[in-house]
Amino acid sequence: MCVSADPPQPGTFEELAMPLFGQLYNFAHWLAQNREEAEDLVQETYVKALRGFGSFQPGTNFRAWMYRILRNTFLTSRTGLKATMTVPLDETENGHGATVADDQPSQEALLIDRDHQNLLQAAIEELPVQFREVLLLCEVEEMSYQEIADTVGVPIGTVMSRLSRARASLRAGVQQKLGRP
Amino acid sequence: MACDQWRAQLDAYLDGELRTEPMRALDAHLRTCPGCAGDALARVQLKRAIKASGARFTPSPEFRNQIQKKIAGKPRRSWNVGWVLATAGLAVVLVAGLLSTYLERQNLRQQQLYSELADLHVSTLASANPVDVVSTDRHTVKPWFQGKVPFTFNLPELQNTDFTLLGGRVTYLGQVPGAHLIYQIRKHQISVFLFPENAVGLRGTSNISKERTFNVDTWTQDGLRYVVFGDVAPEDIRRLSSLLKGTARS
Repeated sequence: MCVSADPPQPGTFEELAMPLFGQLYNFAHWLAQNREEAEDLVQETYVKALRGFGSFQPGTNFRAWMYRILRNTFLTSRTGLKATMTVPLDETENGHGATVADDQPSQEALLIDRDHQNLLQAAIEELPVQFREVLLLCEVEEMSYQEIADTVGVPIGTVMSRLSRARASLRAGVQQKLGRP
Repeated sequence: MACDQWRAQLDAYLDGELRTEPMRALDAHLRTCPGCAGDALARVQLKRAIKASGARFTPSPEFRNQIQKKIAGKPRRSWNVGWVLATAGLAVVLVAGLLSTYLERQNLRQQQLYSELADLHVSTLASANPVDVVSTDRHTVKPWFQGKVPFTFNLPELQNTDFTLLGGRVTYLGQVPGAHLIYQIRKHQISVFLFPENAVGLRGTSNISKERTFNVDTWTQDGLRYVVFGDVAPEDIRRLSSLLKGTARS
């Protein structure tokens, strides 16, 4: 279930930011798909966030703020630019929770378990970055649709549409890797 | 509702993003539809698998230490711009609250004073002896107050007007002695109160208002607070006020 993070209490930047370190690194690695780039991304994120901490509005979502900085840093990096340039946006981009033709999980999907973890990870890696990020923010970071919308900077309807298409693409990718039609 | 419509809501349902009513409806449907229940179960399995697979990368302890050192010991954000603005905002709210309370108290005090004046006006008119000095002659009434009130005043000449002076009496408002004069126009009686300026806490400047169903005019002039009080039309109050103001200036 996707849940919202509590608004942060005033404290030092370190007190607020370090508990997010592991999660941010994991997300950065999924985006950059490379350890060195992920470390650069996280380091740049912390430096930028520390510099801009004075402009952070207390009471707003600190976690979403940090993820937004990381994501924007990634998108302006060489890897990020390359990743976004190769992903054409679908015309249903702004649909509200749009379902696509292959959005019906088959019973075979039940076979996705720990034995198929590598296969699933490979399928996630192959997702276009716009789909990968919303899927990970929802499923791994357990962000609410609103929090994802704040992080990614798109309307909630777009978040729902991207999530729906990410899941459908993931299922299709898994089926393909399992050698099923 | 057809199953494909229920299934379109399954992701939001499993993400905990459906509102209460649609969630209950979908709950009920899943208990009776094996097809949709199987679909929901498959999606739950996928969600769990993504969560397990997604938490994949761990930073090295060296990298963590490196970042920790970069940001360690930075000052609290206690007095950054945001907090200064928030504190200023709180101060404005407090000042506004105090001002509002002050104004409410002032308003309440004014209402109490007008209420007391209304009581004085009504009780005087109801009395068998409403005035202590009975005279239509201002030159008789004015000297009568000498030594009884801590101020002196002039009274207007009423020739060629439809007002008549009936007399006067000493009165008290908030333990402050003042002059209470009774005038008559047609069959109505009007009270005119005079007190030392600022001694009784009344405010306002020559603007006829409605207090306790009476029409009232009040102003300060030559160190005195004047209050004209009666059940006559505002125009009559205004004319008597003008006469009093004209006399006070002369």
